Amino acid sequence: MNFSNYDTQGFYDELFDQDNVPRPGAKLLIEKIESLPENDLMLKQRSAETALLQLGNTFAVYGSEEGTEKILPFDMIPRIIDNRDWKKIEMGLQQRIYALNKFIHDIYHDKKIIKDKVVPEDLIMTCATYRKQCEGLVPPKSIWCHVTGTDLIRDSDGLFYVLEDNMRCPSGVSYVLENRQVLKRTFPHVFADSGVRPVDEYPNKLLATLENLAPATVSESKIGVLTPGIYNSAYFEHSFLAQQMGVELVEGQDLVVTDGFVYMRTTKGLQRIDVIYRRLDDDFMDPKAFRADSMLGVPGIMDVYRAGRVAMANAPGTGIADDKAVYAYVPEIIRYYLGEDAILPNVPTFICREDKARAHVLENLDKLVVKAANESGGYGMMIGPHASEAEREKFALLIQKNPRNYIAQPTISLSRVPTIVGDHFEGRHVDLRPYILYGEEIYVMPGGLTRVALKKGSLVVNSSQGGGTKDTWITDSGAGEDENHSQTQYHVPFSQSQSQTLTRSDDITGGNHA
Amino acid sequence: MLSRVASSIYWMTRYIERAENIARFISVNLNLTLDFPAEASRQWQPIIMATGDHQLFEKKHGTEYSARNVIHFLALDQEYSNSIISCLRAARENARSVREIISSEMWEQVNRYYLELKQAGTTDYASRNPHKFFKIIIMRGHMFTGLLYSTMSHGEAFQFALTGLLLERADKTSRILDVKYFMLLPQAGEINTPYDSIQWAAVLKSASALEMYRKRFHRIIPRHVCDFLIFDGEFPRSIRYCLKMGEQSLHKVSGTPVGMVSNPAEKALGRLCADLDYSDIDETISMGMHEYLDDLQTKINVVGGCIHDAFFKVATVPDNGGAAQ
Repeated sequence: MNFSNYDTQGFYDELFDQDNVPRPGAKLLIEKIESLPENDLMLKQRSAETALLQLGNTFAVYGSEEGTEKILPFDMIPRIIDNRDWKKIEMGLQQRIYALNKFIHDIYHDKKIIKDKVVPEDLIMTCATYRKQCEGLVPPKSIWCHVTGTDLIRDSDGLFYVLEDNMRCPSGVSYVLENRQVLKRTFPHVFADSGVRPVDEYPNKLLATLENLAPATVSESKIGVLTPGIYNSAYFEHSFLAQQMGVELVEGQDLVVTDGFVYMRTTKGLQRIDVIYRRLDDDFMDPKAFRADSMLGVPGIMDVYRAGRVAMANAPGTGIADDKAVYAYVPEIIRYYLGEDAILPNVPTFICREDKARAHVLENLDKLVVKAANESGGYGMMIGPHASEAEREKFALLIQKNPRNYIAQPTISLSRVPTIVGDHFEGRHVDLRPYILYGEEIYVMPGGLTRVALKKGSLVVNSSQGGGTKDTWITDSGAGEDENHSQTQYHVPFSQSQSQTLTRSDDITGGNHA
Repeated sequence: MLSRVASSIYWMTRYIERAENIARFISVNLNLTLDFPAEASRQWQPIIMATGDHQLFEKKHGTEYSARNVIHFLALDQEYSNSIISCLRAARENARSVREIISSEMWEQVNRYYLELKQAGTTDYASRNPHKFFKIIIMRGHMFTGLLYSTMSHGEAFQFALTGLLLERADKTSRILDVKYFMLLPQAGEINTPYDSIQWAAVLKSASALEMYRKRFHRIIPRHVCDFLIFDGEFPRSIRYCLKMGEQSLHKVSGTPVGMVSNPAEKALGRLCADLDYSDIDETISMGMHEYLDDLQTKINVVGGCIHDAFFKVATVPDNGGAAQ
């Protein structure tokens, strides 16, 4: 297989420039692929897929009767980003997460940003993800969003834009780590020579982020990953992360609140747990505090959390910051809290609750992408240029009925990456989800999950809608060495991190269970 | 370790062992068909009767107890909860829920084994090559046990896995022996004929016990076969051996030496082992073999119930269970 007939067709291609010449970081890889014997790449691709199936790295597709287990389609051709582009992304994300964390804290406390009329009050108060139960809450070290997956896209101008923030339970990081394993075995030499930045330290970084939350009084903290169970679409990832970090994987039924602490039911009785990396939505966490019908959560856990006797990542209530209508205000939010301009721009967004914007959206439904404000996974959205007349009418009605719940954005021509289609390569659209950890520092995984829309022409990359994944390489092509390398970190002022987090006092029997 | 995890591991190995023993169960018959091709066709109905699920079978296949129907029902019927494939599905679900605890080799093997069976369900490989098919099933079971022993740390999780496996094996050896009473009911004229001893050899073979038996007893005599499969102190599928090893595993969980008792599960299993230690084949035969085996199975179930209560169903008041943290 070779790239002689490959055509970027005027799209921004991640591996080739507009003259169909390989970009500097991709040159070695392209040469390697072209030197492979005929069919070799397809065989490699097939054996990688078989390996993934046998490993059982599958996800469940909701709402489909048969084949509820599928492997996430995986394409061997990686997406390559030059380190120079990456540095900007890294700094932009650090800035963004730092500001959003301040925003969440403010919203559940003094609401200064509302009082100063930067963000409208009713927008926040009508957020489906606003949690009254979190008002006045002080999470350990005032960190709310410990794990974020921010979706980025690259437009035809070659610039990266933030498409959305996922601040509740972003998934997919296990695929990044697994995809990397597969590609390392497939192209070992290219790896060595291209200077691809490693992603494997993620589980260690995650563990450190969680350890950072343990109450100071606990000498050896007990940490667990809370999963909804084996039928959850991301179960593989929950189990993978628990295994990689060497911590317990727990379900709601394994935990019980008693005597003001959270305990695990073990074969030797109850054992206290200090930090929970939860992969369960707020709604299901505690039937006493949130949805009463939740069978997956732990009754009473919010009281323990509020008392500072168990830590949770992410904190409940963080969903407020990934509401798609709030998203439109993020550049203002960054400016408000940090006095800086956003390093990474947003995609221009029309907020349907605003009359002028709504009128514009309703008139231009055939050109815009419409999204429900708190849906994810590619559900509840319409891509205007690809939608039928009936679909557009349906969304026009939905918007008029509940304008608060909708936003619209121009259709962005996502960048493309060559992808194996049958016996040749075709360009397919991609996005990028880097993972950001907020612990003692803000760590951005170098790379992230590149999701690819496998259907020809499709712009929907979600796994639930026919998307697949690719490995993402951050490479140092050597170009641009002249740039000032010392200015690579966004400098987060962490002096504030000493906070009045409530720690449990020792007079409460707890000592017996240590 | 988490109670749920202990329970999943215990059931994972039980289901794997159960699947293997269904294959052994069927292979009693297959072994016979090699020696008595003409007799074979009348032997498939009793095997279903022995499972106690004949009504379900007849709902699906009527009274047509053909080799093909019986093999499909017991091995590959996904709607029948005691079929091999259903056991594997259950084992795999359990393995999936503890895959961060067991070794990835074990998980991959269970997963591959299940996918293989699912594939087999779409062809008639099993009924065309039953000998080969069930041999593969038995080997898959051995492979899993091998991986369990050699890729997983022999800590608490392993001891639960082993306890589950050994209790299941003890139970199933008793049932394979019991099969003789269901399906090989000696007709008066056949007792002590070559036909009878070939039937007993088939029972031994299906427990992989024929050669080891011959080393000890040489000639095939029903009394000795029963003695060997129930009481032998060295054969790894004999009931007594399985239960005594199971007892050791269970004691490693609590750290209490064998002979001392720290929970009702140890007590129940200890008593059962003592029964076997201080009883012999003559006593068993005078009690009635079928009655004896039936009673044994009930007692093994009681041990299972005690294990559940002691380890998997934990009281929610910390003071009750907070002894050893």
